[in-house]
Amino acid sequence: MNALSELLRVLGVALGFLLIASLVAQWLAWRQPAGHESPIIDNLTARINAWWAMVLLLGAACIAGDLALILLFAFCSFAALRECLTLTRTSRHDHRALAVAFFVVLPAQYALIAANWYGLYSIFIPVYAFLFLPILAALRGSTDQFLIRVAETQWALMIAVFCLSHVPALLTLSIPGSEGRGLLLIVWLVAVVQLSDVFQYIVGKLLGRHPVAPKLSPSKTREGTVGGIAIAVLIGVGMHGITPFSPLAAAGAALLVTCMGFLGGLVLSAVKRDRGIKDWGHLIAGHGGFVDRLDSVLFAAPVFFHLVRFFYADT
Amino acid sequence: MRKLFLDVSAAATAAGIVLFARLVTAVRGLWSGSEPVARQRVYFANHSSNGDFVLLWTVLPPRMRRATRPVAGADYWNSSALRRFIGRRVFRALLIERGAGEQGGIAAVQQMSAALDNGHSLIIFPEGTRNLTDTPLLPFRSGLYHLAQARPTVDLVPVWIAHLNRVLPKGEVVPVPLLCTVTFGESLHVKEGEGRDAFLERASSALLSLAEESSR
Repeated sequence: MNALSELLRVLGVALGFLLIASLVAQWLAWRQPAGHESPIIDNLTARINAWWAMVLLLGAACIAGDLALILLFAFCSFAALRECLTLTRTSRHDHRALAVAFFVVLPAQYALIAANWYGLYSIFIPVYAFLFLPILAALRGSTDQFLIRVAETQWALMIAVFCLSHVPALLTLSIPGSEGRGLLLIVWLVAVVQLSDVFQYIVGKLLGRHPVAPKLSPSKTREGTVGGIAIAVLIGVGMHGITPFSPLAAAGAALLVTCMGFLGGLVLSAVKRDRGIKDWGHLIAGHGGFVDRLDSVLFAAPVFFHLVRFFYADT
Repeated sequence: MRKLFLDVSAAATAAGIVLFARLVTAVRGLWSGSEPVARQRVYFANHSSNGDFVLLWTVLPPRMRRATRPVAGADYWNSSALRRFIGRRVFRALLIERGAGEQGGIAAVQQMSAALDNGHSLIIFPEGTRNLTDTPLLPFRSGLYHLAQARPTVDLVPVWIAHLNRVLPKGEVVPVPLLCTVTFGESLHVKEGEGRDAFLERASSALLSLAEESSR
């Protein structure tokens, strides 16, 4: 089967499940007595509606082609970077460095991915942005909280741009026997990691008893984490046909990306608690900000990219 | 014909400015103490950026936007044809003469009272000038008090605009995209027998308490 028809099949299954989810949410809302709207059900409906938008957008970008996918993730990076930098202690002395981060570094990173220049996009932010943005900040002459300011800016770029750009970077890998199927790797990664989040939430709500990290994320439970990851690994194995992985390798890769995703969620919760906020943003109704929705993908993507590149790609 | 053309281009410019503000700042209005309803009001806000009233204006529902006029310095908004167009046609700013001493102050309060009598709402910046210091709020000028006395029934709504000074600090040309919020607090009025300093102090702390709220 060619990549497009496999993509359409996956998309069809996803939309089918979303339809069921929407119907269930409608039924739950309809069962509520009039005048007693439940905030939990309202939030569930908002979350499912946002999933419709996200699935349709990702599906449309996959069908439209590589460039559309790269642009979609570049936009997500823009939104995520804006959320991260809003929380930093940067001052007006960082203005130029921040403008460069948004309008030079971010587009350059995605342009390098579009140009398939692995040698540069894999070091551009960790080396060149790392060196030159503090230079720009230093030249403005303010030393107040200097290390904090430059470190926070670099961290935001690493998380929001560098890590996220490794999702579309999967398009650039040349895997013998899977030419032109990079977008299916993206679909597999996003589906496994995001469904892991969804099932961790559902299993945790149904069976969760013991908090796994009460200080970082009080709502996460041991039962939810193990159950959610287990279900996501099964889904990853079930979808192995669209990847170059054997079923066993798919299980291993799914375990790796879901664990990275879980840990990434903890790290970004720690940042939120430190800065005293509940959500990173508000643009994805029911979920919060882009970073809230992408937290696990951010940590899983670079590791997954290098795993596939090392074991499967022609380098 | 010329008027129609000017009105259409003003409406298009307004839509463009609102879209741009949303793209850069994803601005969100938080109604915390008052509701987005079409009541006549004087919104008084902190002032740290030239874009302050644009952001406040953006988060108002469109129907309220048309009835709400920013009060701004005539010297700035009359200084070029483009500024005149944007100030008068797009934002329908109420232009007042600044720095004309006590007489000027009385005239400004009269202008604002007349606009209120015509049914408009107003946006004012009681600090009187842009705050470029590191303190969150400069001491209020007395204009807010005189206006509150002149039209005691009008709701005075404190509005805290967060982060916009970081988006476009003074002297910079390129805006840096950061998330901004505009928080609307509970309205206040001048009390029976309340003196100028007591009232300004109360208004100023009402605004500052919104600053703390918006950072949560």
